[in-house]
Amino acid sequence: MTRTDKNPESGRPVAVSVRGLVKHFGETKALDGVDLDVHEGTVLGVLGPNGAGKTTLVRCLSTLITPDAGQAVVAGYDVVRQPRQLRRVIGLTGQYASVDEKLSGRENLYLIGRLLDLSRKEARSRADALLERFSLTDAATRPARTYSGGMRRRLDLAASMIGRPHVLYLDEPTTGLDPRTRNEVWAEVTGMVRDGVTVLLTTQYMEEAEQLASELTVIDRGRVIANGGIDELKAKVGGRTLRIRPADPRELRPLADALEERRLAGAGAVIDPESGEVLVPVVSDDQLTAAVGAVTARGITIGSISVELPSLDEVFLSLTGQKASAPQQAARELEEVAV
Amino acid sequence: MSTATLSPTAPTITIQADPKISLRGHLRHTGALIRRNLLWIKQDPESMMDAVLMPIIFTLLFVYVFGGSIGQALGGGQAAYVQYVIPGMIAMMSMNIAQGVGTGFNEDFNKGIMDRFRSLPIGRGSVLIAKISVELVRLLVAVTIQMVVALLVGFDIHGHWGGLLGAIGLTALFGSAIMWIFLVLGVTMKNAQSVQAMGFLVMMPLQFGSSIFAPTNSMPGWLENFTKYNPMSALADASRGLMTGGPIGHGLTVTLAWTAGLTLVMAPVAIRKFTKKA
Repeated sequence: MTRTDKNPESGRPVAVSVRGLVKHFGETKALDGVDLDVHEGTVLGVLGPNGAGKTTLVRCLSTLITPDAGQAVVAGYDVVRQPRQLRRVIGLTGQYASVDEKLSGRENLYLIGRLLDLSRKEARSRADALLERFSLTDAATRPARTYSGGMRRRLDLAASMIGRPHVLYLDEPTTGLDPRTRNEVWAEVTGMVRDGVTVLLTTQYMEEAEQLASELTVIDRGRVIANGGIDELKAKVGGRTLRIRPADPRELRPLADALEERRLAGAGAVIDPESGEVLVPVVSDDQLTAAVGAVTARGITIGSISVELPSLDEVFLSLTGQKASAPQQAARELEEVAV
Repeated sequence: MSTATLSPTAPTITIQADPKISLRGHLRHTGALIRRNLLWIKQDPESMMDAVLMPIIFTLLFVYVFGGSIGQALGGGQAAYVQYVIPGMIAMMSMNIAQGVGTGFNEDFNKGIMDRFRSLPIGRGSVLIAKISVELVRLLVAVTIQMVVALLVGFDIHGHWGGLLGAIGLTALFGSAIMWIFLVLGVTMKNAQSVQAMGFLVMMPLQFGSSIFAPTNSMPGWLENFTKYNPMSALADASRGLMTGGPIGHGLTVTLAWTAGLTLVMAPVAIRKFTKKA
């Protein structure tokens, strides 16, 4: 593959480099030779189902557990040989908010500041600045146990930022959050990346990876099964599915014909009589726009329109090639046409 | 596959040995963590209930329930029993309070905060030493209340105030040693309930199979032998000697030996288990 040249991220220096990382728990191979790179100032999404080894990877990279074999270098420090220096340059937000529930938000941040060797004064002002930044000033003196799920996650992110880390690990940062809170967390993460933090994000959601990451590594049962730029992987797995419902149900057939005619969907425009929608796989935003254009050019009024991302299951099925569903096959054909 | 994005080999880096954490650093970290545990007490004053109530209830129970009859055997009634049992109960507090350290620690572990601490550049022992320090504060509160109650039920110190301080110091020293055991239990066991149950199983025979509550010479031979090697007997005897002006030598030596032995063996085990906990 030559995509290295196409990917602007790979030109940047590497902040996290993992080679052949292995970690076994008894018989279970949690990590079975993982290779990955995270480039400076970018977000790498590590996508995988439960039990794929995502959390084990983060725990190895944050020195919580020692790998059995392989090498991992973070910001120039080796995870096994230089754990203390490494701990100084990383931030960690785990699946469970790692804050002290009995302490107030401010006390939590002050404590972490002191443990990171800030002076009392520095620790206090850094805590206040981060409370402000993560919109927690009003709740600063309340015990963290009274916080909502989203506030707790924000406090957790704030705690990870105290030491101005080079590299931030986010281990499924939005698992268990409602959609609104999830959007809040995404906004915060985007802000941190804008400030130049390098992020390794693990997630089970394609949507989350698409929102935050520029590159993606897909892992399953402790092994990397694919990696590359988001767009490229999306193309590989069939991208999104556009669902259009005509305002008038009788126009369902003409709508499908319009999409076929513009050769947008090839054989892929599928009529779903149950929902009264036409399903079309799209790979790029251009195709999305063209599809909508084709429909309106025919004078068909659109009743509703939505875009679906492939689910993690679909990503896996198409990457491992075990089974592919109809829309994805259509997408592959479309990709050939497009190329 | 697009593994081609990875550079063929890992970047070469020069490995500089990890710098040691300075003594001041250790003190700063431990201090910050002690502050955290003290804030817990401030947040949740009920957590001090055991330290406050246990000495009161135990003293009243033992003095008024068993005091009369055991005192008779001692040849002086309830007043004689007060003189006998109070130093023993001071010793007992070491274990009663120490037991709580395991439970609290285990609860801490089942939340994410320990992962945060372990991913920070702090000494591995700081978290444990802070925990022990705060438990020692609780122990001192318990012992103080114990002494107030003791004086109220008629304990006569006979001016052995220095001895009393010595007994308290010895109790705190021995208490910190057994806290390491409970910390190991706290790190190893799955949940707080099992820690408590296990702690109870360890504690009961050691406390009652000792010279804390009654002289051992009326016990069957096998039990008397057990009490001889039981560190709780040694601590109770030393504390009794210090507070009433009796002999202290043997009890003191045995207690100090146990304290040193337990700390030397259990502290590294606790720290290692804490560091390696997956």
